[in-house]
Amino acid sequence: MSFFIAPSPHHHQKRTTTTIMRLVLLAMVPGVLAQLYFFGWGIFWQLIIAGSTAVVAEMLCLSARNRSPIRGIQDYSALVTAALLAVSIPPLAPWWVIVIGTVFAIVVVKHLFGGIGHNIFNPAMAAYVLLLISFPVQMTSSLPPVTLAGETTNFIESLRLIVFQFTSDGYSVNQVRAVATGQLLDAVVMATPLDQIKTDLAQGMTLSESLRNPIFGAFAGHGWLWVNVAYLFGGLVLLQQRVIQWQIPGALLGTLALATIIGSVVAPDTLPGLNIHWFSGGTMLAAFFIATDPVSAATSNRGKLIYAALIGLLIYLIRSFGGYPDAIAFAVLLANLCVPVIDQYTRPRAYGDVRGGQ
Amino acid sequence: MIELTTTSPLHAFPGGIHPPERKAPANSTPTRRLPLADKLYVSLRQHSGPAAELCVSVGETVKKGQALSKPGVDNGLPVHAPTSGVITAITDHPLNHPSGLTGPTVCIDVDHRDEWVQREPLDNLSALSRREILNYLQTMGIAGLGGAGFPTARKIAGAQGIDVLIINGVECEPYIAADDRLMREQAQGILRGCEILQELTAAKQVVIAIEDNKPEAIAAMTAALSADNSTFILRVIPTRYPSGGEKQLIQVLTGLQVPANQLPADIGVLVHNVGTAFAIAKAIDAGEPLLERVVTVTGETVAEPCTAWVPIGTPVGHVLQSCGFQAEPQQRVIIGGPMMGYTIPSLDVPVTKTTNCILAPSAKELRPADEEMACIRCGACEQVCPASLLPQQLQWLAKAKDYDGLKQHHLADCIECGACAYVCPSEIPLVYYYRQAKAQIREQLIEQQKSEIARQRFEARQARLEREKEERLEKHRKAAEARKAAQAARAESNEDDPVQAALARVKARKAAQEANADAPATDDKKDQVAAAVARAKARKAEREAAAQQAEKNGEDS
Repeated sequence: MSFFIAPSPHHHQKRTTTTIMRLVLLAMVPGVLAQLYFFGWGIFWQLIIAGSTAVVAEMLCLSARNRSPIRGIQDYSALVTAALLAVSIPPLAPWWVIVIGTVFAIVVVKHLFGGIGHNIFNPAMAAYVLLLISFPVQMTSSLPPVTLAGETTNFIESLRLIVFQFTSDGYSVNQVRAVATGQLLDAVVMATPLDQIKTDLAQGMTLSESLRNPIFGAFAGHGWLWVNVAYLFGGLVLLQQRVIQWQIPGALLGTLALATIIGSVVAPDTLPGLNIHWFSGGTMLAAFFIATDPVSAATSNRGKLIYAALIGLLIYLIRSFGGYPDAIAFAVLLANLCVPVIDQYTRPRAYGDVRGGQ
Repeated sequence: MIELTTTSPLHAFPGGIHPPERKAPANSTPTRRLPLADKLYVSLRQHSGPAAELCVSVGETVKKGQALSKPGVDNGLPVHAPTSGVITAITDHPLNHPSGLTGPTVCIDVDHRDEWVQREPLDNLSALSRREILNYLQTMGIAGLGGAGFPTARKIAGAQGIDVLIINGVECEPYIAADDRLMREQAQGILRGCEILQELTAAKQVVIAIEDNKPEAIAAMTAALSADNSTFILRVIPTRYPSGGEKQLIQVLTGLQVPANQLPADIGVLVHNVGTAFAIAKAIDAGEPLLERVVTVTGETVAEPCTAWVPIGTPVGHVLQSCGFQAEPQQRVIIGGPMMGYTIPSLDVPVTKTTNCILAPSAKELRPADEEMACIRCGACEQVCPASLLPQQLQWLAKAKDYDGLKQHHLADCIECGACAYVCPSEIPLVYYYRQAKAQIREQLIEQQKSEIARQRFEARQARLEREKEERLEKHRKAAEARKAAQAARAESNEDDPVQAALARVKARKAAQEANADAPATDDKKDQVAAAVARAKARKAEREAAAQQAEKNGEDS
C-alpha cells in the first residue's frame, strides 16, 4: 500500500486565523457590554447591521474574485472589522452610516487591495475616517452615559431611531439626546469628554474649569472610564492568550503616557492628564484591538514598538493640537502608511550574521 | 577561549516553540531487540555524497561486520553487513530519503546465525597516531547519528585544539526517545566515547547537554560521570524546540553564534551526538562497525511503542510490524520526528544510520494540514524563528521567485526546523516553500556555473579563432614582404626579369595593334565597295550596250 505524503512539519499548533479572530471578538464582549450599559441598545443594532453587511459584502467580493465565499467568510476577519467600526460610531447613527462604512471597509479598503492580508490600511479605521469627514453631523451625535441621563432608549426604540431616525413618539435623535440630558433647548451640548475639552478650551476655559462639567465625573468621564476599563480587560485576556504581544499596546500606551506627562508639566492648564488620555475616548480599544491588527501593523518586535509609539504620539498630538477631539483613526492610518518603511529598517539580525556585531 | 562551568549562565536562542513532547510511552520501556528480518537492504548511500565503492559480489556469503564497501573519497563511508547471510542481489532499491528515489543497495538473505567476522578492537590507543585512529573510525563506518550522518572522522579531522566539545543529548524533537533511552542504559559507553573524542580533538572541556524533560537520563549520566574527570560537566538546559540544533545548542551553552559560512570549530566548539559517542566507543573497544542503531518506533497506530536496536538495512515495514502497526486510511509514516521528519511512500525502505525514529501517527494525534490560507502578516513565525529570520517575508519572496531577495533575507541560514509552520495561523507550509526555493537556487547556481563554463569555452574559442586569423594574416604579410624584398634584390642586381620582359612584350604587341587600328580601315572598305559597285555598273552598261546593238542590228537586217 502507498502511504500519504506530506511536507514537514507534520504537527501544527492549530491556532488558525479563525481561532484568533474568534478570540478577538470574544475579548471585545466586556467592552461592548459596558458600552451597551452606558449608552443604550444602539450599539447592539449597529453591531447587527455592520455584521450582516460585512458578511454579505465579503461574500460578494470573494465570489467576484473567484474565491470560495464560504471558506473565506469562515476566517471571521470581516466580522472583526464590522465590530470595530460598529463600536466606534455613535450608537444612534442612522443605519446607512454604518452600512456605507462597512461596505467601504470590506470592498474598497480590504478587497480592492487584495483581500485579507494585503490591505495597507486598517479597514475599520479607514471607514471611520471616511464616515467622519463625509457625515460629520451624524458621526458626532454621541449620547450621554446612562449615569447622567438616568435612562437610555430601549431595545426597540433604539432600532427605530437607527432605521427611521424617529422614535415611536416622534422624537428625533437630537431631541432624544437633549431629553436625556434635560437640556431640551440646547440640543447639541452633550458631547464626549474629549469633545467637551476641545470645545471648552476653544472658548477660553481652562482645563480645570472644563473638567468641572458633569460628564467627567470623578476620573475620566462618566461611562467612558468603564468602557475603557472593560476593553483593557479584554485586551489583557488577548495578551494572556498570546493572540497579541505586549509590544503594541505597551508602546502605544507608554508613548501616550510619556507625551501626556510632558504636556501636563509644560502646560497644565490646557493639556489634559493621563486619566483623560488613557481612559477616555477610544484609547484602550485602539491599544489592544485596533493597532494590533496584524495585517496593517509592522511585523518585527522592534517594528511593532516603533509603529505603536508612532500611533501613541500621533494620538496625543492630534488630540491636543489637531482639529478633531479624538484621533485614533487618523493616528492608525498615518502609522499604517509608515509600516513598509518601518519593516524595512527593523529587520532582525539573522543568526550568525556578523555585520551586526558578535 | 571559552570556559564553561556547571554554574555558568545558560543563554537563550531567539524564538523556539513548545510542541507537545509525547516522548512517552516509547521512552518508558527498555530498548528492545526486535526479531531479525529475513532480508536486509543495505543502501550504499547512507547520506549525501557519492556512493561508497562496492567490495562484495552477488552470491557471496558475508559475516556480521564484514565490509560491503570501501571507505570512499570525499564523504564516502563504508557500509557493513549488519548480520551474517548471503548476498542475493545488488540492485536499485527504494532509498530511505525524502526524494523517494532508488539507489544501489546490497540485499542480504539473513541466515539467522549472526556470525561475526574477526573483530579487531584498537587496544592501546596511546600508541596510535590521531590519523590512524581517524582512519579506523572511517573504516568502521561511523557517522553522526544525531542529524545528517556526516562522517565522524571528517568532522573530527577539521577540529583540533578546540575549547569545548559538546555532547548533544538534547533530543528536542517531540516523540523521539532514542538518545533518551541510550543515555539511561549506556551512560558508561557514552562517556567512554566522550573520552576518545576528547583525546582526538584535544578539547579542554567536555559538556554533556540534556534537556530538562529527561530526568532519568540526567540521573544516569550524572551517576556515570566520575568525580576524577574534572573536564567533564553536565548541563541541564530548558526544554525548548529546537535547542538540540547544533547552532542553537552552542548559543544556549556559550552565548556565542557561529558566524555565517563558518563552522563551530572556528569559534572553538565541536558538537557530537551521544549516539555517535557510543558508536565510537563500540568501534574502538569492541571492534564493532556501525551496524545498528536505536530507533524510536511510536505513534498511535503502533500497538507497542518502544525504542529498539535495529540493524541498518532492516525494512521499515518489518520494524513497524514487529511493534504491532495497524495502518489507518491516509496513514502517514514519518522518518524522524513530527517537526523535521519526512514521509515515506512505502514501507520497503530500509533503516539507515540516521533513522532515529519511525513515527506512524493517527490522524487524530497529528492532524493533517488544512488548506493553506492567506498570510495575515501576524508575525507569529518571526517570533519563533530560532535563526532570527523573517519567515513571512521569505515566503513571499519564495513565491515570487525573487532569489536575490531570498539571499538578502538569509534563506541559507534557515535550518528548516519547522517552528514557523507550526505556529502559522494560516497553515502555510512555509518550510516546503523554503526547501523548494533552496533547491531552485542550487539549480540556478549549477546553471550559472554551467553557463559560465560554456561562456569561457566560447570565449576561448573566439580568442583562438582570432589568434589563428591574425597568425594567418601575419604569415601572408610576411610572404608578401619576402617577395617584394626578393624583387628589389633582383632589380638591384640587374638581372633580366622574365616577368618584366614578358610584360614588356605584351605591351609592345598591344602598342602595335593599337597603331594598326589607328589606320582608316573603314574608308578602305568603302572604296572597295564603291569599286565593286562601279564594276557591277560597268558590267551592266556593257550588257545594255550589247543588247541595244543587237536590236539595232535586227532592225537593220
